[in-house]
Amino acid sequence: MKPLDYAVLIATMIGIAAYGVWRTRGKGTLHGYLSGRRDVGWGTIGLSVMATQASAITFLSTPGQGFESGMGFVQNYFGLPFALIVVAAIFLPIYRRSGVYTAYEYLGRRFDGKTRLLGAGLFLLQRGFASGITIYAPSIVLSTVLGWPLDLTILGTGLVAIAYTVAGGNDAVNITQKYQISVIFIGMISAFAVLLFKLPPDVSVREAFAIASGFDKLNAVNFSFDVNERYTLWSGIFGGIFLSLSYFGTDQSQVQRYLSGTSVRESRLGLMFNAVLKIPMQTFILLLGVMLFVFYQFAPAPVFFDRTTWRQQASAPGGESLVAFEKEYELRATEKSEALRAWLRVRSTGSSEEIAAAKASVAAAHAASQAVRTNAKAALLANDPTVKMKDSDYVFITFILEQLPVGLVGLLIAVIFAAALSSVSAEMSALGTTTSVDFYRHLIHRSGNEDRAVLVSKIATALWGTVAISFALFANVVENLIEAVNILGSIFYGVILGLFLVAFFLKWIRGNAVFWGALVAQTVVLVCFFTLTIGYLWYNLIGCASCVLASMLLQLAFRSPGSQSPELRAA
Amino acid sequence: MNPPDPSASRPVSPPTEDSSPGVPGFATWRIVYMTVMSIFVLTVAALRALPYLAR
Repeated sequence: MKPLDYAVLIATMIGIAAYGVWRTRGKGTLHGYLSGRRDVGWGTIGLSVMATQASAITFLSTPGQGFESGMGFVQNYFGLPFALIVVAAIFLPIYRRSGVYTAYEYLGRRFDGKTRLLGAGLFLLQRGFASGITIYAPSIVLSTVLGWPLDLTILGTGLVAIAYTVAGGNDAVNITQKYQISVIFIGMISAFAVLLFKLPPDVSVREAFAIASGFDKLNAVNFSFDVNERYTLWSGIFGGIFLSLSYFGTDQSQVQRYLSGTSVRESRLGLMFNAVLKIPMQTFILLLGVMLFVFYQFAPAPVFFDRTTWRQQASAPGGESLVAFEKEYELRATEKSEALRAWLRVRSTGSSEEIAAAKASVAAAHAASQAVRTNAKAALLANDPTVKMKDSDYVFITFILEQLPVGLVGLLIAVIFAAALSSVSAEMSALGTTTSVDFYRHLIHRSGNEDRAVLVSKIATALWGTVAISFALFANVVENLIEAVNILGSIFYGVILGLFLVAFFLKWIRGNAVFWGALVAQTVVLVCFFTLTIGYLWYNLIGCASCVLASMLLQLAFRSPGSQSPELRAA
Repeated sequence: MNPPDPSASRPVSPPTEDSSPGVPGFATWRIVYMTVMSIFVLTVAALRALPYLAR
C-alpha cells in the first residue's frame, strides 16, 4: 500500500467514527442512548440492517465463493424476503406496541422475569462469542496479506468500534453504519468497474459472460430435490426462512436496528428495503467473484492465492518443488488462455464441429491447470500439515492489492474495515443494551436513575467490546473457530426462536411452561449434539420444535393460570 | 416484593401498524408484501435465465 492508500484508509475510518460521535453528542438519557433518535427514517434503518448483517468476511469470502463455485451460493438468501415479511407484519408491531428496548424484555412482559433472563442469557452467550469472530476472521486475512501484526488489526478494529459505540450508543451505530455501507457500495462498484476495464482488449464484457457461462459459473438456481446438494432453490427457501426468522426476529443486534425507527411504517419500509435488495446485493458480490475468475483466465494467476503462506513455504527447506509447480501452472494457464481465445473466435462464426473442438481444448486445458493447482496444494500440505488449503478468501484481496490503482486500494481496505466495524458495533451495542436493560435494570437497579443506567450501558458495551477483542486475540487456540461458533449459535438459536414463537402464536401457554419447556428443549439439543452426528444446522430446527412442543405439553400438565403479566393480558 | 419495572412507564409508540404504507401506488401493506414477493419471483427468474442469456 502507498501513502495515499493509507491516507484514504485512515481518513475514511476515523472520519466516519468521529462524525458519528459528533452527531450524537449530549445523548444523556437511557431512551436516547439505547433507542437513538426517534426520527430515524426507513432509509437509515434499511442500510443499518444491511450493514449489521454484512460482516467483513462477507466481502472477502463471497467473491471467493463466486470465483470457486459460481453463483449457486445466492440461493442461501432465498428465504430472507419471506422471513422479513413475517418480521415486518408480526414481530415488529408486537415489539413496538410493547414499548420494549430489547426483544427479551418482551418475553418478560408476555411471560415472566425468569423467561426474559433465559432468552437474554442465551443471546449474550451466543453473540458474545460471535462478536469475537466478527473481528478475528477479517483480521487474520488482512494481517496475512498486508503484513501487519494480527494483534494490531484486531485491536485497531475493536478499539475504534468500542470508542464510537460507547460514546454515541445506538444512534452512533445507526449514523456510522449509513456511511460505512455507502463506502462499501462505492468501493465494491469501483472494484467491479476496474475489473471489467482490466479485461483483455480482445475480450468484451459479453464474451466474459459467455466464458463464465461456459464454465457453469452463472448457474444460480438449482431446482433439484436432492437433499445432498448443498445449495438448491428449496433448501434456500425453507432453510433460509427458518434461519432468517431467528436472526432478524429475535437477535437483539437486528431488533435494535429496526426498533429505532420513527414509526412502524419507517421500520417496515426499512425491512422491505432489505427484502428487495439483499438478493441483488449478494448476486452482485458473487458476480464480482465470477468476473474475477474470467479475469484470471487471462491475467497471471497465482497457483495458490494466499501468497504470504506460499512464499513462506517456498523459501523453507523442501520448498523447491513449490517453485516448480508455480512455473508449470504458468505454462498451463497460458495454454488455457490461448484455448479460450480460439473458442471465442469460432463460437459465433465457426461450424459446430469447430466449436465443439475448441470447447474440448478449453476443457482439457482447464483440467490440466486444475490438476497442477491440486498437486501444488497437496505439496504445500505435505510441507506443513497446519496450512489451510482454502485460499478462496484471498482471491479478492489479491486482486485489490495487485490490480487496483493507488488510492482505490486504500478505499477497498477501508471497505473491509468498514464492514467489520459496522457489524461489530451493532453487536457490542446489542450486548451492552441487553446487559443493561435485561439484567442490571431488571435485577439490580429498578428505581429508574437515568444517568446511572446510561453509565451502566456504556460500561457494559465497553466490557463486551473487551470480551470480543480478547476472544479475537486468543482465537487461534481454538481449531476451526468459525465452525465452532456457528455450532454454538445453532445450539442456542432454535430454542430462542421457539420462545418467541410460543410468545406470539400460543397465547394459552404461560411463563412456567415455556421456561421449563425451553430448558427441556435446550437439554434435548445438547443431548443430540453429544450423541448424534447430524449436520449442526439441524439443531436450529430441533431446538425450536422441542421448545414449542415441550411448552405445550407442560402447559397441559400444569393446568395453572401461569405468570402472564396483567397489563399484557389486558392488551 | 420488587418495585415496578420503570421501563413500563416509558413512552410507548402509538399503534400505527395498521396505517397506510404512505408509498404512492401502495394502498395497503398487503400490496407492499405482494410486490416484494413478485420482485423475488422476477429476481429468481432473471437469475435462472442468466446462463442462457450469456451464451
